[in-house]
Amino acid sequence: MKRNKPSFKEMKNEGVENVPAEERRDFLKMGLTLTGVFAGGTLFSAVSSVRKVYASSGEFVKKYPYKPHYSMMIHLDRCIDCERCLSACKSTNHVPDYGFRTAVLERERPDAVGQKREFMPVLCNHCNVSQCTRVCPTRATYKDKTNGIVMMDSRKCIGCLTCQEGCPYNARYFNEEKHAVDKCNFCFDTRLSKGEELTACASACPAGVRIFGDLSDPDNRVYREVHQIERAVWVLRPEAGTRPNVFYTRG
Amino acid sequence: MDATRKLTLNDIESEITGRLLSAGKGYYLAVLLSALMVVAAVAAGLHAMVVGHDHTYNLTREIPWGILIATYVFFVVTSTGLCLVSSIGHVFGIESMMPIAKRSVFLSIATILAGFFVIAFEIKMPWRMAVYNIISPNITSNIWWMGTLYGLYLVLMMFEFLFLNLNKHRLAVGCGFSGAIAGIAAHSNLGAVFGLLMGREFWHGPYMSIYFIASAMMTGTAVIFLFHYLAYKINDEPMESRMVESLNVTRKLGIMLICVIMFFTVWKMTAGIAGQPGGKYEAVMALVKGPYAVNFWLFEVGFGLVFPLVLFYLSKGKNMFMMFAGSAMMIIGIFIMRYDLVLLGQVVPVFHEYGVNEYKHLLSYFPSFHEIIITLGGFGVASFLFLIGEKLFGGHKVEPGHHH
Repeated sequence: MKRNKPSFKEMKNEGVENVPAEERRDFLKMGLTLTGVFAGGTLFSAVSSVRKVYASSGEFVKKYPYKPHYSMMIHLDRCIDCERCLSACKSTNHVPDYGFRTAVLERERPDAVGQKREFMPVLCNHCNVSQCTRVCPTRATYKDKTNGIVMMDSRKCIGCLTCQEGCPYNARYFNEEKHAVDKCNFCFDTRLSKGEELTACASACPAGVRIFGDLSDPDNRVYREVHQIERAVWVLRPEAGTRPNVFYTRG
Repeated sequence: MDATRKLTLNDIESEITGRLLSAGKGYYLAVLLSALMVVAAVAAGLHAMVVGHDHTYNLTREIPWGILIATYVFFVVTSTGLCLVSSIGHVFGIESMMPIAKRSVFLSIATILAGFFVIAFEIKMPWRMAVYNIISPNITSNIWWMGTLYGLYLVLMMFEFLFLNLNKHRLAVGCGFSGAIAGIAAHSNLGAVFGLLMGREFWHGPYMSIYFIASAMMTGTAVIFLFHYLAYKINDEPMESRMVESLNVTRKLGIMLICVIMFFTVWKMTAGIAGQPGGKYEAVMALVKGPYAVNFWLFEVGFGLVFPLVLFYLSKGKNMFMMFAGSAMMIIGIFIMRYDLVLLGQVVPVFHEYGVNEYKHLLSYFPSFHEIIITLGGFGVASFLFLIGEKLFGGHKVEPGHHH
């Protein structure tokens, strides 16, 4: 058993220059994944946030699953809770008073240094691994094959509400008038399909909180923000494994 | 039975009428009460559909599944349990379990129909389901599999019951075996409806599917005992020694299954507490010492497991009233188990971990008047079918050695 005991004195420092590049990259990625205290969740570097979207780190630059790959970047610290996004969404998409497609949540931290509260806009994350579409018995909700938007085909909805149980983001509600579950579709029917470039909420925001765009287009702002190595970008509830297309950042 | 074939339709009619008119006052009172419960539930359910579920059910965006889902789960658990426990005798040939076969198969049909009755008022557009489940199926959906397999199960159980009564034993065994497979597949899919939801920590994992099957069998033993006890009261007959022995075997199986579920429960709770896993811990603690503590300790643990275990054991298979009390307690306890199981998966808000003001606390739910009436209606359906079945099928008699 003596042989198994390492003697550090006799060992030579190999130095880092001999570590293969791949290992060093992995180590760097690991280092960039840190847990935010006041963020209330896990922060991810650009590298890992993209990996959340597309499983393999090698593939993401080459190809996103959709074209355009609609997504949204939310700049948390810019939100002042004016709720113009909410009213724009309601009027554009005829959302009844008892429901919402997007909400602005409020987080208070009296023990924080400086700013004591923060607002957190939430909406459908149009997940790449969307649970709502997996659990729907009749394919009333589905991923659009072209743009990745999680759509509703109201006629097929039986109202079992399993999609509401499956959604880790509370993005769905039952619309009594439509007799179907209703949810954010990035204003596809009301704006995007009519030639508009932005969703109602993104267009109404006076503070530039909601940046809507195409994650697969290197010239697009969402692409550039998500792919910055120095920017901390995260997604909500990464443990649910849904690979969301709504990203969060500060600054 | 062979004599029946020579009867004219008139003879059959008078035979059936004779059977139905042969009961005592208590029986008709029970039939009337059950029928009234069903009528009230239909009225409440239709009212809810017309006025809107949002005005009549206490469900919310965050808690979209309430007591009606729990009741549905309760009834299909019961049905699957009846099917599985009764198949030990007439499908797998264990002689001592033979006498309970016919009544149990009939009750498995009655209870699944009670489940379907309740779910029809829970789902908001059940008629769309009939169309789009067929023309737009989603094979990754556990709900789709559960619905489809339970439909198949119902058909197989009905044929099994038919063949049992026609003494076509090979066909009955074939249907019984296929029905048991369909039941296990359907029921474990129901477990997966909850268990495969990522981000619903209290439910997530393979546990639900496994637990559902074990729990179904435990429920089966309680229901078989309860209904056989009541049936002999209704038919005002002394229990044959074969039946007493059969119920004693059911009792022993029940004791074993209670122990299995106790073991499952201990580890489910321990896994929810050790290391305080996010989302799961809050839900488990709500059961252990939170708003659901009475439900858990008194109903789930006491009524559902410990009291029936003690009563089943002490009865020694001879004290029928003790076993009746034990199985009745167990059924009440199991109903609360289903209620807690459905709710606890939802009370921790999905954004709880972010500490936002809107979702800092556990969510709460209490069933509305409409929901309670429809729940009672489900029990009305099961009890109405049970009562009518007793007279219509002459006490579901199984003659010795019939399976050969």
